[in-house]
Amino acid sequence: MSLHAFQQQFHAALWHDASTALSAQPGFAVYRNTVMKGCIDALVANYPAVVSLVGEDCVRAAAAVHVRAAPPTQPMLLQYGAGFADFLAHFPPVAAWPWLPAVARLDRHWTEAHVAANAPCADAALLATCAPDVLGARCLQPHPAARWLWCGEAPALSLWQINRGERPLPAAGLSSLPWHGEGALTTRPFDTVRVSALPAAGCVLLDACAQGATLAAAVTAALAVAPTLDIAALFAQLLTMGAFAASDPAA
Amino acid sequence: MRLSAGLSLKPAHLAAAEESDADGLWFEVHPENYMVDGGPRAACLDRLRARYPLSLHGVGLSLGACATPDTAHLRRLRQLCERLEPALVSEHLAWSRWDDFCLPDLLPVPRTAEALACVCRNVSIVQDALGRAIAIEHPSHYLHIAEHEIDEPAFLAELCARTGCGLLVDVNNVHVSAHNLGLDAAAWLDAIPAAAVHEIHLAGHSADPVLGPALLIDSHDTPVSATVWTLYQRLLTRIGPRPTLIERDDRLPGFEVLMQERGTAAALLAAAVVPARAMQHA
Repeated sequence: MSLHAFQQQFHAALWHDASTALSAQPGFAVYRNTVMKGCIDALVANYPAVVSLVGEDCVRAAAAVHVRAAPPTQPMLLQYGAGFADFLAHFPPVAAWPWLPAVARLDRHWTEAHVAANAPCADAALLATCAPDVLGARCLQPHPAARWLWCGEAPALSLWQINRGERPLPAAGLSSLPWHGEGALTTRPFDTVRVSALPAAGCVLLDACAQGATLAAAVTAALAVAPTLDIAALFAQLLTMGAFAASDPAA
Repeated sequence: MRLSAGLSLKPAHLAAAEESDADGLWFEVHPENYMVDGGPRAACLDRLRARYPLSLHGVGLSLGACATPDTAHLRRLRQLCERLEPALVSEHLAWSRWDDFCLPDLLPVPRTAEALACVCRNVSIVQDALGRAIAIEHPSHYLHIAEHEIDEPAFLAELCARTGCGLLVDVNNVHVSAHNLGLDAAAWLDAIPAAAVHEIHLAGHSADPVLGPALLIDSHDTPVSATVWTLYQRLLTRIGPRPTLIERDDRLPGFEVLMQERGTAAALLAAAVVPARAMQHA
């Protein structure tokens, strides 16, 4: 048997119950178990808030289905599971928790921010040092580690923060949380991942910046969804949290 | 600096590792866990590298496949090697890639003449890309593979002879494989070309949860067993001291417990004498 045929048969037997001379041996289960456990362990490790919310048994059961549909395509398992939030959104057993995919996306944002490329952040004093008309004509790119998300249906950020141990569980439980939409900004100022609240208009502004809009155009887009938005306060937050990459002022 | 006994680095032990001052200590990591664009994970490894020699022990190159190594993965490994200048670089005689998928395991290679040619080609590609020799580890075995044409020590010796690569002898893997397949672990170790051994691994194993002690699993979740320590001493007596790693991945004890186990290996290494025959060849 050629090496190609050997690998093909072995791989097929790992994922299916096909019986071959190798898969009929008791030791074949070691490979099946190791492959599946490695993938599931990676998803459990990469989605800690989801595990905390619905329990590890539930996540392992969901992961076992997801792994078969989308096995890893890179050997770096720290970054495995990019599609897990979308999978959860269409996985009937977790349909009772419609906010779970948003919490999973925040786990994913944390991972992506953690491993993103290094780049200097835009100077937090930018607002004070730059004339408004000059600033308005500038295009600021989001920092490579910056991620943002608006969840209109549920307090996704609060749920995530409580389940990552970043704020205490309310005495009256999760159901006592004010049930309204929340947005989240994930950044990595000073090489530490931080997650902070972001209004919907902030997400609109960052979307526009990411698409190459000038700051004036991005602000206009943000004001269109929130006419009373305090742009100065939002901008101060974005700069302090390192949401923008430094750029050449001449560019 | 002469490498004595080292430890596989676990993130939970990073702070303790940064404060240790044991003589000859070094750390081994899977490069796949540090193939990131940037951020604190990369920075941690840079800090550790400033204090200790590092070994990069790859699990993702899939050298035992009919396909050539993934070029993007090899480029990332080369970038890590250039940045960290590791004292040791190693990979496995196994495959883990099929089509576009990566399997988190070290899958077995049928030891045929064709497979030997593929592995030699792949090892040479990696060594050419890195500009250095790497060491190849033999994984633990759980299956009787009818396709084997060559026994494992002979296959490894031929791989070294054809490519100039070294060997990473994992004494626990030898014990586990010999137990599972009914082979003689001591004879296996005696047949390995002494000069080719770059590094030794020691780890713990456990009985299969379903089949019991009939099938040992290379689980890295227990201390090194007495049998493996005895085999290790036998290997050292024949080949002399080599950088030796205590591998622990699961049911992780405290850093100081692993350092004690590492101390046992370091003491055996300090007592091991370079065999006269090996010195003549040196």
